[in-house]
Amino acid sequence: MRMGGMTSSVRKHAIGRPLAHDSAHLHVTGAAAYTDDLPEPRDLLHVAVGTSEVAHARIRSIDLADVRLAEGVVEVYLASDIPGANNCGTIVRDEPILAADRVEYAGQAIFAVVAQTVDQARSAARRAQIEYDELPSILDPIAALEQQSFVLPSERLDRGDASSSIERAPHRIERRLRIGGQDHFYLEGQVAMAIPREDGDLLVYSSTQHPDQIQHLVAQAIGCAAKDVVCICRRMGGAFGGKESQAASIACIAALLAQRTGRPCKLRLDRDVDMILTGKRHDFVVDYRAGFDDMGRLRGVEFEFASRCGISADLSGPVNDRTMFHCDNAYYLEHVSIVSHRCKTHTVSNTAFRGFGGPQGMLAIECAIDDVARTLGIDPVDVRRANFYGAGRRDETPPRDVTPGRDITPYGQKVEGNILPELFDRLEADSDYRLRRRQIRDFNQSSRILKRGIAMTPVKFGISFTATHLNQAGALLHVYKDGSVQLNHGGTEMGQGLFIKVVQVVADELGIEIEQIRTHASDTSKVPNASATAASSGSDLNGKAAQAAARKIRRRLAEFAARHFSVSECEVEFALGRVRAARHELSFAELVALAWADRVSLSATGFYKTPKIHYDRATFSGRPFLYYAYGAAVSEALVDTLTGESRLLRVDILHDCGDSLNPAVDLGQIEGGFIQGVGWLTSEQLWWNERGQLQTHAPSTYKIPTCSDVPTDLRVSLLERAPNHEDTIYRSKAVGEPPLMLAISAFLAIRDAIASERNPLPRLEAPATPESILRAIGVGFS
Amino acid sequence: MELFHVSGKLSGMTRAPGVVATNGRMRFWLDGHLIELEHVDPTRTVLQFLREDLCRKGTKEGCAEGDCGACMVVLAELDGQGERLVVSAVNSCIQFLPTLDGKELITVESLTADGAGLHPVQQAMVECHGSQCGFCTPGIVMSLFALYKNQQRPSRRDIDDALAGNLCRCTGYRPIVAAASAMYDIQVSADDWLRRPGEIAQGCEDRVKRLRELERRDSLALESGGRRFFAPRTLDELVHLVAEHPDATLLAGGTDVALWVTKQHAQLDTLIHLGAVQGLADVRVLDGRIEIGAAATLELAAPVILAHHPLLHEVLRRFASPPIRNVATLAGNIANGSPVGDLIPVLMAADASLVLRSTGGARELPLDSFYDAPRDQRLARGEFIERIHFPLARRGAALRCYKVSKRYDQDIAAVCVAVLLELDAGHVCSIRIAFGGMAAAVRRAPSCEAALIGQTWDAPTVERAMAVVPRDFEPITDLRGTAAYRMRTAQNLLWRLYLETQGELGESIHAYGRHD
Repeated sequence: MRMGGMTSSVRKHAIGRPLAHDSAHLHVTGAAAYTDDLPEPRDLLHVAVGTSEVAHARIRSIDLADVRLAEGVVEVYLASDIPGANNCGTIVRDEPILAADRVEYAGQAIFAVVAQTVDQARSAARRAQIEYDELPSILDPIAALEQQSFVLPSERLDRGDASSSIERAPHRIERRLRIGGQDHFYLEGQVAMAIPREDGDLLVYSSTQHPDQIQHLVAQAIGCAAKDVVCICRRMGGAFGGKESQAASIACIAALLAQRTGRPCKLRLDRDVDMILTGKRHDFVVDYRAGFDDMGRLRGVEFEFASRCGISADLSGPVNDRTMFHCDNAYYLEHVSIVSHRCKTHTVSNTAFRGFGGPQGMLAIECAIDDVARTLGIDPVDVRRANFYGAGRRDETPPRDVTPGRDITPYGQKVEGNILPELFDRLEADSDYRLRRRQIRDFNQSSRILKRGIAMTPVKFGISFTATHLNQAGALLHVYKDGSVQLNHGGTEMGQGLFIKVVQVVADELGIEIEQIRTHASDTSKVPNASATAASSGSDLNGKAAQAAARKIRRRLAEFAARHFSVSECEVEFALGRVRAARHELSFAELVALAWADRVSLSATGFYKTPKIHYDRATFSGRPFLYYAYGAAVSEALVDTLTGESRLLRVDILHDCGDSLNPAVDLGQIEGGFIQGVGWLTSEQLWWNERGQLQTHAPSTYKIPTCSDVPTDLRVSLLERAPNHEDTIYRSKAVGEPPLMLAISAFLAIRDAIASERNPLPRLEAPATPESILRAIGVGFS
Repeated sequence: MELFHVSGKLSGMTRAPGVVATNGRMRFWLDGHLIELEHVDPTRTVLQFLREDLCRKGTKEGCAEGDCGACMVVLAELDGQGERLVVSAVNSCIQFLPTLDGKELITVESLTADGAGLHPVQQAMVECHGSQCGFCTPGIVMSLFALYKNQQRPSRRDIDDALAGNLCRCTGYRPIVAAASAMYDIQVSADDWLRRPGEIAQGCEDRVKRLRELERRDSLALESGGRRFFAPRTLDELVHLVAEHPDATLLAGGTDVALWVTKQHAQLDTLIHLGAVQGLADVRVLDGRIEIGAAATLELAAPVILAHHPLLHEVLRRFASPPIRNVATLAGNIANGSPVGDLIPVLMAADASLVLRSTGGARELPLDSFYDAPRDQRLARGEFIERIHFPLARRGAALRCYKVSKRYDQDIAAVCVAVLLELDAGHVCSIRIAFGGMAAAVRRAPSCEAALIGQTWDAPTVERAMAVVPRDFEPITDLRGTAAYRMRTAQNLLWRLYLETQGELGESIHAYGRHD
């Protein structure tokens, strides 16, 4: 394949191949180094935090005498010792690193202690005597709503006249839905190691999705500038949003103690402290009301969302915005009213988690659609299809009372490239949905205790940070004299396969083998001002930035080759580590060596900003997303109506990754995201006691899915020949978050299993634990 | 053969004055090297030793409570008869270092220690895309390695079980399951015991020989900073040690005791380990009962229990996870006496009894009475559980157990019920019902039993029994369920029992559609 024009050309070899994760061989041998595995400086000290036992109180006194006297203790540290800003709040500066005079949740960090060993620090931290004057606490979103306790102002997004449309509609449903939160349960807990270097500067190794933010917050806390702090992260042992803002306080504490002691300090939270001290997915209470016609088409919908944000804003603003942007999911809502309350509670400050508020909004509309279908006795799949955004089916005559295209979202973005209707049809056919629904009906008629259910749900997920300015990325590419390539970009590797995808891009742009490229740790001194690796945007942004850098280098090399061999640039071709310039052929390394000798610059930066997007937060309108990623899933569940236990029997998924950069990596994201979503909606339950203390803070009490929870019949496909209609990196689509929401099908399959003539609209709350299911079944035994 | 001598951690080396202890050395094998240690902190975990002392950082800490499996290692040791090589995965985060004495430790680094490239398990994991973030991966690899050595061609159920103690948050497990099948198809280049699938015994002569070299005639006693670890070799020694150190902590599998250290930072001054006492791990069928020694692991006891109580299949499989069952004991389960108690309802329904031993001799106590006493008064000073007597079921009687939890594998029940039901011509001629999760300890349900005994086994009778469960229990609300849910589930489980005896239930939810 040759590119036209005057430029050189490359042959694609790496893009689209199912290559293994670049660290796979290191993962399996235990040789992949995580932050806690890095070689420890000889004089390293270990930090532990002392935390609040009460949810809300003024601190009357802190007595750390026993802590100081404990074996191995070097130093104790309080909020008042912080020379700079006592803040780890990201968007709003409203969360202290260490609580000063008031604690606002049980488990909040109050002081730090540094000792010779981890055990010594942790044991010592338990010896503090802290006296509190307890204050009334607000422990759930409903109580917060009643007391008008918010971290941020409530928001509202209206289109048309939802209220009167609902009133005028032939049918109505109204319901309150509770949706549980979720702990990230990354296997590697939060950890940071800070090393003082010279002249007050600091090197921080942090397990973080956002080294740039660590750099800035650490600099502000220790009272210096960003230039004085370097943050490095080679990889994380999982993150899922839990290390987007939440890594900051850990890194800040390590850094502050390193500054104080002048020695390297490491803070690694043990699992319990990690789960108590760091934010989670927001739990929600949603009130919805919908009016609809005999076909199940929605005439008007009202949502009122209230989410548990915890003590501070953290990322709750954009998280809840995304809930508002995704409570349409795949459906055209002509008349809609969306109200979003961001509740302040005396619990840990909730944060980003894969889907970032989208899943809760989507679950709400999917439950509403399910209610509509059950009210009318129509298959929910037909109701879904009747409400899809337009641009899919040409044979359809739009009813007179809706806009012709049915393709504008409540926030004003036109839904383009809507492949969902076709995708949905195909999955319905491939999964034998109709046949199985009949089989299930027969089964349920003869089975007394066990009931089966099936559900098919779509996902439409907006890709881009809703804060437009975050949609930028940088990369740094060095080509060395031997032809090998070092790559840095602003993205971080948390297991999602970002590094291999970007290497594939660079390999094809330079026409070299992937083995010739090494990606180095994310490092704020290599690529500055990088956005968090979040919002599924990692490969979209960093792939493009790295592509830009690689193209600069290739252009320089092609110019040089053309000059050197006296050919035209379009005669220079790069492929698989070889370069051809008309009839001359040499290795990439040989060309590089010649170029170096000719004093050609072999280092370049690349930059990318997402085009087309704009968005006015004041009016909730614009084009926040460059494009949407689509998918659909069919889940079949089995329920024991005596105990409420459930199991997934079969799952079929068809997902849209555009032209996949790496189908193996993408398949892993789809399967992993789906199962993580199943955990959120079934077994994972966060439980606080009446004092506001989280009681589910370790794997013994908080149950993420295990191997046996994965259905034996799991059929996952990537939608083929579906290039992104937007100009993304090789026409691929982002895949990190969207698949999580495919798990809504599992939740609704359970609901389908327990719905009956006597109980047509079971009040199933998420997570669908055995207790939740049994409660939804309602009446007693037999 | 190289001799390593690694001294205990510096901070633990100063000996407290006046303490006279046999300052023994513990010894174990690692990658063909003999590791000899003295002055070992008795509660130092294998994980700490690997990561902090040896800087072998492939083994990870994910939870420090044996629930996530990131720290998984494999132990190879000789069985109770000193003949057969046994290979089992264990959680290094809750395995105290001195318990390695006499064994071989195999870590993720061991698999490539021969320099011959990736091990077939590792190769399969790479080829199947079984890792994403990679943090759980070394632990998964070690669980799969244990499976690889212990079984050929496992079914999906076997694989699920082998991985029940490993959490992965990234992959959704499907590629790991694929790797667990594919690993048997990888060509093995080196003719090495570690790399060959299945057949533990084949080519293990060197290993067995080396392990025999570590067999002791004396008992191991370690001391560090005034804290002591004893591993007596005979029952007699154990009796005297317990008498001498009545405040000592008895250590069997340590799956609970270790949490006192890793989670509560408790300092345990004296540990007496049961693992080396000859005969204490025996499981025998004798005089109409199964006798289970205090040091017998669940993995050893389960097949014998199952042979006589086949309906316990599922609850035995769902007792924690393989790495826990590989070390945990029933006696430990009983001594710790949690409110839910895993298998305690089963033992109580079966009318099990305990043989308690001290210098005064042995006495047998029904499990019911053991639990009647407050937790701190169940054993006299100097007394310990020597074995459990688990009666075989009489003809016509069946022992069943149902466990309900949020997750199928490795979860603690919200409610658990075990029932020994003996029917004669449609009448209940004997019944014992024990509930876990319904009170501060596992307890029988006297009103329920009274409503059933002597009655016709039919729906009205069972409904009457269900109606009186609230007389027997006042459950609490906690993270595992509300009081109302517990009560309703407890009642419904009796109904399930009834349907099952009537053959009206068909397959259970967990068996449905699983045909392997």
